[in-house]
Amino acid sequence: MIVFFYLFALISLILALGVLVFKNPIHSALSLVGTFFCLAAIYVMLNAEFVAVIQVLVYAGAIMVLFLFVLMLLSTKDNDQYALKLNVSRGLAVAITGVLMIQVLTAFMDPTLRFGEPGAYPVERIQEIGSIALIGQLLFTEFVLPFEVISILLLVAVIGAVIIAKRRVP
Amino acid sequence: MIPISHVLVLSALLFSIGVLGVMLRRNVIVVFMSIELMLNAVNLSFVGFARTMDDMTGVIFIFFIIVVAAAEAVVGLSIILSIYRTRKTLNIDEFNLLKW
Repeated sequence: MIVFFYLFALISLILALGVLVFKNPIHSALSLVGTFFCLAAIYVMLNAEFVAVIQVLVYAGAIMVLFLFVLMLLSTKDNDQYALKLNVSRGLAVAITGVLMIQVLTAFMDPTLRFGEPGAYPVERIQEIGSIALIGQLLFTEFVLPFEVISILLLVAVIGAVIIAKRRVP
Repeated sequence: MIPISHVLVLSALLFSIGVLGVMLRRNVIVVFMSIELMLNAVNLSFVGFARTMDDMTGVIFIFFIIVVAAAEAVVGLSIILSIYRTRKTLNIDEFNLLKW
């Protein structure tokens, strides 16, 4: 079980680096889809089946198809001008990111890391109620206001996208 | 059981790759993909904490993060489309419309 976690973690890291280094943006997009699938597998291992399904449907399905559509609409012939180039300022950016990453990693690897009190839903309880049923219950009781607000956000995003992308008629 | 620190380390590494993508790449769509990668790294740490803390709030948060990410992708890509119509480029260094 834990071997699979490391396997998927390794594949997802390699594919994420692929997003960074591939010259052709279509290759980057496909690499990102692979990363999303690996993360979905890790979510299943962490007992978050609902998140894994949403990850595959919404991220790997809808959002990445949208990206690929836009890439194909806007594809330019010369990808060389967008290739990964290093100069002094970008080297500085890499160095700062590396320092921040090491800072965060040392905090995460600290064995004295303490968490608060455990919550009300251990794995047995989640499996008893059912992961999706439990999320539905919580969404429509405790989190009903954010749920309604997020639906307005989606509506605004849809209308905004249509208006922004519309061709202006002079 | 998968130790929480390993999940968090994977999440931190993915987030750093996303940050590097935003800072090093010049194609605006690849920059956008790097932002999606960072959002996913955050989701991963939410799932890890939800699992370790026996709490469902992290999973509910991911639901909202994914909705916001979808809205962001839709609006951002339509902005890129409309900028491309006038500028005919995807290079993020040439997107200086707001400068005067």
